[in-house]
Amino acid sequence: MDTLKRYFRSPAAIVGLILLLLIIGMAISAGWIYPRDPLALAGRPLIWPFSNPRFLLGTDNSGRDIAAQIFHGARIALLIGGAATVIAILIGVLIGAFAGYFGGWVDTVLMRITEAFQTLPNFVLLLVLVAVFGSTLTTVTIAVGIVSWPAPARLTRAEFLSLRNREFVQAGRTLGMKDLQLILGEILPNALPPVIVYASVVMAVAILLESALAFLRLSDPNVASWGNLIGLGRDVLRVQWYVAAIPGIAILITVLAVSLVGQGLNDALNPRLKGR
Amino acid sequence: MRILNLAGRRLAASIPTLFLILIGIFLLLQFAPGDTVDAMMAQMGGGDAATARELRQFYGLDLSIPMQLGHYLWRLVRFDLGFSSIYGKPVASVILERLPPTLLLMTASLSFAFFAGLVLGVVAARGVNKWPDTLISTLGLIFYATPSFWFGLMAIVVFSVYLQWLPAGGFEDIGQAATGLARTLDIAAHLVLPALTLGLIFLAIYLRIMRASMLEVLNLDFVRTARAKGLDETRVVVRHVLRNALLPMVTLIGLQAGTMLGGSVVVESVFSLPGLGRLAYESVVQRDLNTLLGIVFVSALLVIAVNFLVDLLYARLDPRISAGA
Repeated sequence: MDTLKRYFRSPAAIVGLILLLLIIGMAISAGWIYPRDPLALAGRPLIWPFSNPRFLLGTDNSGRDIAAQIFHGARIALLIGGAATVIAILIGVLIGAFAGYFGGWVDTVLMRITEAFQTLPNFVLLLVLVAVFGSTLTTVTIAVGIVSWPAPARLTRAEFLSLRNREFVQAGRTLGMKDLQLILGEILPNALPPVIVYASVVMAVAILLESALAFLRLSDPNVASWGNLIGLGRDVLRVQWYVAAIPGIAILITVLAVSLVGQGLNDALNPRLKGR
Repeated sequence: MRILNLAGRRLAASIPTLFLILIGIFLLLQFAPGDTVDAMMAQMGGGDAATARELRQFYGLDLSIPMQLGHYLWRLVRFDLGFSSIYGKPVASVILERLPPTLLLMTASLSFAFFAGLVLGVVAARGVNKWPDTLISTLGLIFYATPSFWFGLMAIVVFSVYLQWLPAGGFEDIGQAATGLARTLDIAAHLVLPALTLGLIFLAIYLRIMRASMLEVLNLDFVRTARAKGLDETRVVVRHVLRNALLPMVTLIGLQAGTMLGGSVVVESVFSLPGLGRLAYESVVQRDLNTLLGIVFVSALLVIAVNFLVDLLYARLDPRISAGA
């Protein structure tokens, strides 16, 4: 309850929550407000926003409704961002937990692998993964998850290092608990909160990574992704700049909302760190 | 000498990492549909199976995977990155041609992000929780959430299309064939928008770190002593606080080197700069995996090199490191 109260004391956190709920609302209502395929032709191409009441945000180069693409794009952004984050956190927690708990050569090997992933620019690695495995919605999501796990792994490892010799763990050990029991049942629940808060950073970056990939036309072309729309808008940038401008604002607001909520949670959970 | 020793040891420690990366990428490429020869045959407009077999033998693609990996690593040690069938040149020379614009872009945007982040961070920390701080912190949050490619496009609309102040893309005006100062200025003008675009997200990160570490250092005892001695605020900040607050900023340069290289893929594509990032994009589109692998190798080397330089810089800023090690 205190945490909740502390969360709602910060205006930035409230703004973030409202924005995030708005985007989730868009994603949920997309199929209902715009039941037609957002990638189907709807009218004359390149109608400016607010000039035709049927297309509030105008139409793109080939006459598709931009508002419909924005609403359906919210689904794609949250879906890819969310799923990629879950993948990254799962891999990161697994690797970080083993490295931190066992130490020794397990730690050395796992941290070498983590370091290798961190030495490679993650967007370049993303390009390689997409070049090799193709760019369907599923492969892009998994690829974004795969390039995002090292930071959560390091965070989990640090938590495990500080927790593994605490009294409650030693008590469990004297009771004869197995390693896996100790890792999953005792240490993980205590190590998880900061990792969960960090998930907001992973999600923000994941959404940006996918949109950059889509902008370069290397993501799934068959879904209404905001990045796809910006890539399309680039062809008519000089005069009809709104085609690229509108989805960009959508991405900005989404990433901003996710970051603000994450920061608010962080401040609410670690009140002593506030103001840093 | 001690500093060099320390940094040298760090450098040696990164060799296994490099090998791990190469083996991983090599194995990954085994999953790729088609190989170099398939790509070449497609380029030539098809060919018969016998030619394909000969070519595979020539490129060593008929060997077992461990043998191929061994060959590949042995070639890499001699800086032979293979042959790019798309560009019709050795991969190493294609990459070398494309490296200068990327290095120039990275240096420019890093300097911009670092110094702007430093100044904004100091201003925000000095007026903590007053309006300059709120304004700067909000701007930082927005910059962090802005997709760089989108910012680049909007910058083109404003500064190139409407105001016509700066060129919309390219590395220099080819028609002029200028030399000396004129050419330098021309290239600089072409770099302004890409450098701002690439630097934006790092500016957001730097100003946040700078603000936080300034706030931390401002509360330390030696700052109170300096103030008690009667030094004026400017001198306290410049002489005593900055040097100590800079340490986390310098660490961040090393951590962000890879992200910056990745970001240059997008930014170079927006501004059609003929750099390494654009090359990476082109080789994905054209399925030139040899070149792509070479770029991965060179990026890893670059990140390691930047971290090496950061180590040296760090030791200069913090004498405790060279004394303690």
